[in-house]
Amino acid sequence: MTTLKSFWRNYLGRKEATTSSVVVSDGSLPVEAPSSAPMKSIDLDISPNDQLLAYVSQNRGVLDVDRLKLDSPALEAMRQSGIKLVVPLVSQGELIGLINLGARLSEQEYSRDDYTLLSDLATQAAPALRVAQLVRQQQLEAAERERIQQEMRVARLIQQTLLPQELPSLDSWCVSAYYQPARAVGGDFYDFIYLSDGKVGFIVADVTDKGVPAALVMATTRSLLRAAAERLESPGAVLARTNDVLVKEIPPKMFVTCFYAILDPQTGHLRYANAGHDVSYRYTAKGVLELRATGMPLGLMPGMQYEEKEATLRPGEYVLLYSDGLVEAHNPQGEMFGFPRLQELLASHPDADTLNDFLLDQLAEFTGQSWEQEDDVTLVTLQYERSLEAGPEYTGQQNGQLLADFEVVSAPGNERLAMRKVSEALEGVGLPESRMDRLETAVAEATMNAMEHGNEYNPEIPAQLKVYLDESAVRVTITDQGGGTPLITETKPDLEAKLDGEQSPRGWGLFLIRNMVDEMQVHQNEHYHTIELVMLLEDQQGE
Amino acid sequence: MALKTATFSAETRFDGTMAFIDMNGEINGLADESLSAAYEKAEQDRPSSVVLNFHEVDYINSTGIALIVGILARARAAHISMAASGLSEHYREIFTITRLSDFMDIQP
Repeated sequence: MTTLKSFWRNYLGRKEATTSSVVVSDGSLPVEAPSSAPMKSIDLDISPNDQLLAYVSQNRGVLDVDRLKLDSPALEAMRQSGIKLVVPLVSQGELIGLINLGARLSEQEYSRDDYTLLSDLATQAAPALRVAQLVRQQQLEAAERERIQQEMRVARLIQQTLLPQELPSLDSWCVSAYYQPARAVGGDFYDFIYLSDGKVGFIVADVTDKGVPAALVMATTRSLLRAAAERLESPGAVLARTNDVLVKEIPPKMFVTCFYAILDPQTGHLRYANAGHDVSYRYTAKGVLELRATGMPLGLMPGMQYEEKEATLRPGEYVLLYSDGLVEAHNPQGEMFGFPRLQELLASHPDADTLNDFLLDQLAEFTGQSWEQEDDVTLVTLQYERSLEAGPEYTGQQNGQLLADFEVVSAPGNERLAMRKVSEALEGVGLPESRMDRLETAVAEATMNAMEHGNEYNPEIPAQLKVYLDESAVRVTITDQGGGTPLITETKPDLEAKLDGEQSPRGWGLFLIRNMVDEMQVHQNEHYHTIELVMLLEDQQGE
Repeated sequence: MALKTATFSAETRFDGTMAFIDMNGEINGLADESLSAAYEKAEQDRPSSVVLNFHEVDYINSTGIALIVGILARARAAHISMAASGLSEHYREIFTITRLSDFMDIQP
């Protein structure tokens, strides 16, 4: 009888000696006072384990309060209120109310006929009362639904008003965004901030809670982020400033996760910081890397510092910013979509143009048709469009400081000279030894290719090497003059086939290069080949 | 321009049923003749295994990898197991990437 675990609340006035009382579905039980009592109201709380409840649910008919021998605080309260008879109202086996009567006005005892009349009354009143209860319950639920829907409409309106109306239009960059609110409208938002030096800030954030409270915090956070971003150049400082202001204003138990990155569209350089948001991903030809930086969510504690990281995107690479509505979606078996699945999908999809549709298709396939979206889903991608060709001399002017520019005579063995000069040029730049070893091997192999295949070991035609350094990477370009000849076709070596004599034991050069460096690109025109090797100063995959 | 000359040498020695090829210098295309000769000498004695000793090797290029693949193919055909010792960490990584380490026992 959980519906009766609560209280009796309104002790109403009455018209006659005997009177009715009803229990409504939320458990509150109005009780009519006996006629002789003055008009007053009492509250009676019936504990769920009160013996009276068990008794009336098991005993039909009229109960004489004074004769009941129960250890029941509620019964005692009824006695003190002057109630003499209790008639349980039962519908479909469920106790839905009680009729309580005080003493007769005539001060006589209740007769057998009275008992019969009351029993008949209870039998007929119970179904009618049940219907009335159900109608009232439905009315309350409908009103509640309308209230929630209205709140959702307001929340959705706030969100949609504040989301960017246009995507950034940047030369050589393709930016896309997708936002799908859950039915209960979460607190996701994304934003683009155009900074004065041509850089662009990208924000994806998620406010805890849903509905109007989340939308209001979202609006506040967005404004704070924008204000901070206009004054501060560092993503970490922007988050720290936003946090310090937000923490004073945000309602208790709410916070905001946020990933903020500043892109220099001219160079592909990305600086980013993270306030407890899901890690973003960077697609590269060598695999999918995490853009990981540590920091507490916004609005939890004042004085937080936010780690700042950097990456330089290369043509063809993209970054995906997203919210947890994607990775925390569940399928009918209760399995979560998860980060590994997302990372695997990204690795198989080099084209950010179609990435959002691809991920949404995968999400739909994973969750099945009956899925009710649990949380907002937000996706923002920015892709450095792949350059179709490079100039013959590949100036590398956008690639940072030129550390070395030299030639080596095209002759067998001179790749070691190239290795040594590159190594000397990079002394003191902080490239870890293991990465330097790998770069040297890649330089040697690329120089061998240039001297042998590009320049045909013609001593009159040197291979040209340049070494650049920027904030995050070393770049080495090796140029030969074999541009009119086709590039060597790269095939993945099959060691078993080589050991079985089915393939030449040779053919490791390009394979080694590609595996030694973080990125390799080949540029060609009718005169020249240039191979560009990129080695990040830190192994981001190993972080 | 100076013509490149071989900066590689290889010596074969035996210890019980094992043959050791001690190499010195750079393993590139110019090492072909010396390395082949050293292996042939080792194989003649029908050893149970041949150990390539890289302790004194400071450079291996892709052509050198191809030479090692060729030697490994000959050893497999002769049912002789092959091992490598003295590889630097960098060349261990290359042996892993090329999967040579799947077919050779890599020793310290």
